[in-house]
Amino acid sequence: MTFLGEDEGRLAPEHVPLEKVNDYIWKIPKYKADMHVSGMIFANQALLEKMQTDRTLWQCANVAQLPGIYKHAITLPDGHEGYGFPIGGVAATDHTEGVISPGGVGYDINCGVRLLASNLTEQDIRSHLPVLAETIFRNVPSGLGSRRKDLTISNSDLDRLTVEGVNFLVERGLGWKEDAVHCEEQGCMMNANPDMVSNTAKHRGLTQIGTLGSGNHFLEIQKVDKIFNSKTAKTFGVTHEGQIMIMIHCGSRGYGHQVCSDYLRVMEHAIKKYHITVPDRELACAPGTSLEAHNYYQAMACAVNYAFVNRQAIMHWVRQSFQQVLKQDPEKLGLKLVYDVAHNIAKIENHEIDGTTKKVWVHRKGATRAFPPGHQDVPADYRSEGQPVLIPGSMGTSSWVLVGNQKAMDLTFGSTAHGAGRLLSRSAAKRKYWGGEIKTKLEKSGIVVRAASPLVLAEEADQAYKNVDTVVDVSDKVGIATKVARLVPLSVIKG
Amino acid sequence: MNFNMSGKQFEGKFEFLEHTADVYVRAYGVSMCEAYENAALAMFETITKTGKVVAHEEEIVTVEAEDIYALLYSWLEALLVNSETKGMLYSKFQITDWVETADSFKITARVWGEKFQPKKHLQKVAVKAVTYHRMVVMHEKEGNVVLEFILDI
Repeated sequence: MTFLGEDEGRLAPEHVPLEKVNDYIWKIPKYKADMHVSGMIFANQALLEKMQTDRTLWQCANVAQLPGIYKHAITLPDGHEGYGFPIGGVAATDHTEGVISPGGVGYDINCGVRLLASNLTEQDIRSHLPVLAETIFRNVPSGLGSRRKDLTISNSDLDRLTVEGVNFLVERGLGWKEDAVHCEEQGCMMNANPDMVSNTAKHRGLTQIGTLGSGNHFLEIQKVDKIFNSKTAKTFGVTHEGQIMIMIHCGSRGYGHQVCSDYLRVMEHAIKKYHITVPDRELACAPGTSLEAHNYYQAMACAVNYAFVNRQAIMHWVRQSFQQVLKQDPEKLGLKLVYDVAHNIAKIENHEIDGTTKKVWVHRKGATRAFPPGHQDVPADYRSEGQPVLIPGSMGTSSWVLVGNQKAMDLTFGSTAHGAGRLLSRSAAKRKYWGGEIKTKLEKSGIVVRAASPLVLAEEADQAYKNVDTVVDVSDKVGIATKVARLVPLSVIKG
Repeated sequence: MNFNMSGKQFEGKFEFLEHTADVYVRAYGVSMCEAYENAALAMFETITKTGKVVAHEEEIVTVEAEDIYALLYSWLEALLVNSETKGMLYSKFQITDWVETADSFKITARVWGEKFQPKKHLQKVAVKAVTYHRMVVMHEKEGNVVLEFILDI
């Protein structure tokens, strides 16, 4: 057993050299022969120092070694150590000469955020808040093994919904006609082919559709705390401070996790077959034109659609919950979908590289697409302003609405950060806090909390995360996505 | 209330190491089989309090892989998939057969547990996936085995 004693996993990452470009941009030069491009880090001094305490920068330098990678391996202000790729990163590779890597998308394919607006104010719902939170907690399954008995889907339904996306549910009365238009990919990624998805993934997905999950996933009733760009805010349906909003953060559940896991194994064989050398097993990949790449992309698209459908179902039950408690139609309450964005995804996009337009695989792992005004992939009614960017904070802190900018096309392949990024390990957070204490603290500040697991509350304590406001500041200062509105929670529902 | 996940009860079996985002496990064994069994126990201790999971139902699990890292990945993944799709929690593991050649590994195990019951079993956190990140398979002195791996949660 020659592998024994090889303790690769324990090797301390080497020192990663850095060059300062300005206060918010740092460059990792091509310090290793295997790096095809440099690394580009978007962070202020404090965020950068945090990245230097784990393997984030080293992983960024590893990503720069992917065949066919263009311009830079990018790490965003919320970047932290992931598996193979750092979380909070972007890599674009040539569509034919480059590779696609499941690790560049991650296990929770299309983990993402959906934001609903309303025409309610804090005063309208303050007294209803505990009942509202309880009703949503009951209507939206969260935590281990929970599900809605009334949403039963057959194997063939599962295949259909992963091909049809959001409209599968809208046609069955779970949603409004206009919902799909306000989703990335219009709630349905093309090229989804369930034949490329294993039965194990389907089996896991069957029982988990329409469930929130646990960990950092949440549902929040929020209010608009401050508007920074009133023209854009108004276009997005964010009309005044104090307005009630609802944010849903979850992904593709076991279905997506299994698709990633299955194709990671496929790619491990592919790198041998195509003689690709990668510095980390989790960076396993296949040439863009190979059958393995083609199959992964079709399976990933199924998981992307699964996640869109998952958030659509949850949103429908949120609308129902408001109706049950406030005794008014969701239409009358103005519970419109503002936008739904993916944070973990690979896309085929056109980007300008050295003056020519190239077709590329854009891997966004813990990154939000941030397309500028006028881009054809921005919904028609938002096109004059740009694409809404939704960045959730940690539990009990602010979340943000930003808008995409041309700068993002120039610097980050049309992308920005996706969240706060952890500061403390889960075990450290649990040693420091316990669930009951966190709940009391949140409730003292007027936030109503419902959670399936008190442990998760301690692990997700806001002090365990970097400050999302700092992350957003960097995005805003660099200009890749700029501030539109800050939202603060009134109620938190967690798995 | 004490939710300490790595108390004395698991001493010598496994411990949880520091990692910012996820669950970082180190499992021990006097043999590779025992280390694999303890790795599985650590994964379920992440999900629930295994002390409350009665070894009531028995299942047989067989996994194959091309190397010992992939085998550890597949072993944990198979248990995770069974847990999710059958609504089961497991608390006892026994590897009964270990066959290896130059380029293939195959293990068969008996695993015991019971159906998840929200009122009986503590919910800690769901495990999304097993990863290869920082994975270590190591023989220490006196033939003891150490495994390290990260669970994505």
